[in-house]
Amino acid sequence: MNIWLGFLIDSLAFGATFIYGSTGEILTEKAGHLNLGIPGIMCMGGAGGCLVLNTIGKSGLPPFLIVFLGILGALVFAVFSGLIYSFLTITLRANQNVTGLTLTTFGVGLSKVIVSKLNPVVYLVSTRDYYHWPFAAEKNSLQLLGVLFFLAIIVALLSSWILFRTRVGLQLRAVGENPATADAVGINVTRYKYLATCIGSGIAGLGGFYYIIDYMCSQEAYLSVEALGWLSIALVIFALWRPHMTIIGSTVFGILFSLGGFITNISWIKVTMATTPLLKMLPYVVTIIVLVISSIRNKRENQPPASLGLSYFREER
Amino acid sequence: MSKEKKSEVREPLIHLSKRTTISPLKAWTIRLIAIVLGLLVCGLAAFLLIEKLQQNPERIGEFYQTFIRGSFSTSRKLWKYLKNTSVLLVISLGLTVAFRMRFWNIGGEGQTLVSVLGAIAVDFYLGGRIPEWILLILMFFAALLSGALWGIIPAVFRAKWGTNETLFTLMMNYVATYLVSYFLVIWVPSGSSSLGKLKYGKLPTLYNEQLLIVLTALFLTIALYIYLNYTKHGYEINVVGESVRTAQYVGISERKVIIRTMILSGAICGLAGYLIAAGSDQTVTTNSVGGQGFTGILVAWLGKFNPLAMILTAGLIQVLNQGAGQISQDFGVDNALPNVIVGIVLFFIIGSEFFINYEIHFRGHHSRANARKEAAK
Repeated sequence: MNIWLGFLIDSLAFGATFIYGSTGEILTEKAGHLNLGIPGIMCMGGAGGCLVLNTIGKSGLPPFLIVFLGILGALVFAVFSGLIYSFLTITLRANQNVTGLTLTTFGVGLSKVIVSKLNPVVYLVSTRDYYHWPFAAEKNSLQLLGVLFFLAIIVALLSSWILFRTRVGLQLRAVGENPATADAVGINVTRYKYLATCIGSGIAGLGGFYYIIDYMCSQEAYLSVEALGWLSIALVIFALWRPHMTIIGSTVFGILFSLGGFITNISWIKVTMATTPLLKMLPYVVTIIVLVISSIRNKRENQPPASLGLSYFREER
Repeated sequence: MSKEKKSEVREPLIHLSKRTTISPLKAWTIRLIAIVLGLLVCGLAAFLLIEKLQQNPERIGEFYQTFIRGSFSTSRKLWKYLKNTSVLLVISLGLTVAFRMRFWNIGGEGQTLVSVLGAIAVDFYLGGRIPEWILLILMFFAALLSGALWGIIPAVFRAKWGTNETLFTLMMNYVATYLVSYFLVIWVPSGSSSLGKLKYGKLPTLYNEQLLIVLTALFLTIALYIYLNYTKHGYEINVVGESVRTAQYVGISERKVIIRTMILSGAICGLAGYLIAAGSDQTVTTNSVGGQGFTGILVAWLGKFNPLAMILTAGLIQVLNQGAGQISQDFGVDNALPNVIVGIVLFFIIGSEFFINYEIHFRGHHSRANARKEAAK
């Protein structure tokens, strides 16, 4: 296979991690909650999935059931983390930044404590081929496009459709823009906020799971999920709060992130070791530039939700 | 007539109202209860996570003792505790200045890291070539300038175009991290990217290594308390934080205040970076700040952005951190355990703020209160 094509597919597959993380964060932000706990939630999702696979990996269950149960484990752990965040910020109206950062501390710590004790032979090696279906037999990077990769694309497109083409999406966006107005027209603000945050967390959690089990498939992978979580939050800005845009954005991020390692393999480009950190810095710099440009252009549909970061108390005005 | 009609309307089960005031004693009782509950849940979590504890459940008492032992059992640990608390406090103070005007500067990590880098860069290039005291002064200014620079960039964009500062400062953290790894590759050609401890640029010792850092933090706390509460600048910060419209009305330039305050905020984080660089580490890694920029946000918020109260909250969080570190050592668990324990306790403290800010009335509260009034008549 052509080395460039391989690199592109690799970046595309890598990007699926960000698709999950950013789509989850977009849903949450559209409800008016800036969830800085996403890195922690992604770690928790990864830990949950690995924990389940560690018990059933060699049980001889049918492959599709193992795949399904692993995903379920990731979802349960991630939604549980999301519930902690939702309860504190929605019901108890705590500060979102503080709660989110604490959740990240907690989730990253807990996932490390859990996964470091698991047996990689069981949860990784024995289940690898199931998750790489349908290209598991391929020997090149095509095998990275597995079940969870396609699920990521579907989730992103479906989220966009729901957000921008359905009544539910319209009401959700109303909650994020101005909860008081939404409340006045009879939308159940609390329910929308809870649902958006928990579903968003579940989606984000799959990102961590996908990265560990499917894309990296290595026993050290869980240590680097946190950094990807922060990048996912950056990608939300890059995608201008549109889930389908994360598919393109995540590929760009994926290319930028892995370019450092790839570029040294090409003989005719002379690079020094020092280039790698600068290339890895690029996604963040690009995000800043997008953030600045979108605030200068000040187009209404490209802005963060108006009440992002503020908690809603009905009796306050 | 209308009163009777009102009582027929079904009351919701729980009704919330915002408290106007709460006595400090009551507030601190609520917080204390939250901390105790949090620690109990930590014990529960410890049972699930620590194998040695599952085998010998009676060691649970030892588990709680270790919290205290981690920071206070020997004088070395105590000084380490005081030093770490001081650095954390300085970072939180820097952030507080910005938070007071509702500027969500979550870039303390990057501002501190970049100033460690600035100070070490001066040390690396000039160390040994100029007298030590000049070197220390140059390092000081390099640190403060780098921190201020990292603070002013998001501030300018926020002041001019209203660019979201939370996301901007967050991204600046990672730019700083990769900037450090870039310089490490340049400075350490061997490829190990570990600089090692530099020979020059070390702060003089005052009784011991840590005392000077502790005193600096205390002095800064008091200075900032005065600056924020008793000066014109402090007043302007508060007005901009409370209401931008009021600020415009009384003729305070919001832009000027935002930029000026963020320079200060960044420079204080720069001071923290200087304390890390010249005070203890004399080297820089991508992990030099070790997440304290994020922890500082929690410290500031828990202390209600009051510098004096933040001494307490910084101390508390550092006890948890260091104690849990000791636990993971003594019980042989992954060294990420402190994060779990600090996280759990913080969840409870964050949740407890709700009961301080809001009052909860259950159904029947009104009718019972009315009945009491009737009886009193």
